[in-house]
Amino acid sequence: MYRITAEHLNTYFGDAHILKDISLKVAENTVMALIGPSGCGKSTFLRSINRMNDLIASFKLEGTLLLDGNDIYSKNMDVVDLRRRVGMVFQKPNPFPKSIFENVAYGLRIHGNDDEDYIAQRVEESLKSAAIWDEVKDKLDQSALGLSGGQQQRLCIARTIANNPEVILMDEPCSALDPISTLKIEDLIHELKKDYTIVIVTHNMQQASRVSDFTSFFLNGELIESEKTEKLFVSPKEKKTEEYITGRFG
Amino acid sequence: MKSFLSPGTSHKIMNSVLIFSGVLTISVLVIILAFILIEGLPAIDLEFIFGGVKDQGRSGGIFPVIVSSLYVTLISVLIAAPLGVGAAIYVVEYAENRKLVNIIRFGAETLASIPSIVFGLFGFAFFVMFLKMGWSVFSAGLVLAIMAIPTIFQVVEVSLRSVPSTYKEGSYGLGATKWQTICNVILPAAIPGIVTGIILAMTRAISEAAAVMYTVGSSVSMPISMFDPGRPLPLHLYILATEGISLQNAFATAAVLVIIVMVITFLTNYFTQRYQNKMMGNL
Ligand SMILES: Nc1ncnc2c1ncn2[C@@H]1O[C@H](COP(=O)(O)OP(=O)(O)OP(=O)(O)O)[C@@H](O)[C@H]1O
Ligand SMILES: [Mg+2]
Repeated sequence: MYRITAEHLNTYFGDAHILKDISLKVAENTVMALIGPSGCGKSTFLRSINRMNDLIASFKLEGTLLLDGNDIYSKNMDVVDLRRRVGMVFQKPNPFPKSIFENVAYGLRIHGNDDEDYIAQRVEESLKSAAIWDEVKDKLDQSALGLSGGQQQRLCIARTIANNPEVILMDEPCSALDPISTLKIEDLIHELKKDYTIVIVTHNMQQASRVSDFTSFFLNGELIESEKTEKLFVSPKEKKTEEYITGRFG
Repeated sequence: MKSFLSPGTSHKIMNSVLIFSGVLTISVLVIILAFILIEGLPAIDLEFIFGGVKDQGRSGGIFPVIVSSLYVTLISVLIAAPLGVGAAIYVVEYAENRKLVNIIRFGAETLASIPSIVFGLFGFAFFVMFLKMGWSVFSAGLVLAIMAIPTIFQVVEVSLRSVPSTYKEGSYGLGATKWQTICNVILPAAIPGIVTGIILAMTRAISEAAAVMYTVGSSVSMPISMFDPGRPLPLHLYILATEGISLQNAFATAAVLVIIVMVITFLTNYFTQRYQNKMMGNL
């Protein structure tokens, strides 16, 4: 079963045609890596899935984008619920200037939960799933901004998990982190795959091959090739893909 | 081009000039404060703070004057803070029309640059006479509110704009609505700036003589209702000094005013700093 399906997807910022005729499927409980040179539209694709691009007035989208077979851009789609079901982790860790506990509880509260026992239990579960519980369990009431960058990013993952999403989008989640923190996040992605479908943008080929089941290579807004990860990196079909992954450009 | 001075010498000269201007600024502050406190403090005792005005201010205390000051200031802040903060939220988070934003900003700047005596005159014509509110702490509070709105608006706008957009993205990304994001993320992050803006407006309002001169009356009895007249500290001080009633008590009144303003400023700085530290995880 496919969680995410894009068919002939085209997006624009004003007159600029960004994504060109993208057709791509992401299966349930798999990790899809998006790679490609800067400016090729990876983030735009990712942000189309949870409609974060809606925040930009000039954004336009044509074609189909489905979540579990339902049109993400249909009039009936509740954006609030969509963003609960499709969580997002950003490039720069962005915890709120609130306590660690309240960061994770935030999603629950805005979606109308007010049972404090339930919230406390979800916060603990989420922090455990994000492999950060042991580091923060004694300081849940301290500001999240006092954590290290790597811890902040795992907290942001916990914050997303607390919403009980189906899909987690990650836009270069490790690019602001040191190698050790990066490895921790990569291990975490392996764990999370059991319960969630993950789409991750990365500039790091090794990372893509370590964490993902499938990899899609974007170039100038076009999807050049989408394949099983080992296949794409070992024997790419397209010449452009080969040139990119061997570092001949990009 | 050949310079008269070597880089080292000109550096030294610039350094001395800068240090001199820094020292001068501080000295002016210290001299003024010391002067007022030295002249004023000896006349201040419990009777002066908590007593009623006697013999037009030659003797007795200034309690009704202090109450008048706090009364008009409170009224002005209660009116101006929601309006100023609301306008800033609108401009930063909602307004899509750039032109409208620029007009609002221009309006605020213009309002802020009008001399306070003109506000006083307007308040007299409009609130006191036209709306028949009479000389009252309410009329004066309204005038001070009009003066405070642009200050609050400007400071709060800057502090709302300085909230990192990554906070907003994080909130929207979790499914929060715009209003939830404003209430739960943006406003809490901007609290120190909002408080600073309100307090700045408040210390200006409490120090204002010209704007209240034509609107509050000059009654030295205790204002109870909002429609009672009063006489805030700066006005009392002005009357004591210009009518040659008692220079000693004028200084004592000035000292009380200065101390109130300093205490307000100090307390706010202390608490916003603490809040900031807690929020940023430096505690
Ligand atoms: N808000 C925006 N308004 C207009 N154009 C934009 C906007 N955001 C992105 N673009 C343009 O869309 C194109 C794709 O950008 P996008 O951020 O998706 O690239 P990317 O593949 O994620 O790049 P990077 O690897 O640098 O993050 C770029 O040409 C960019 O200039
Ligand atoms: Mg990007």
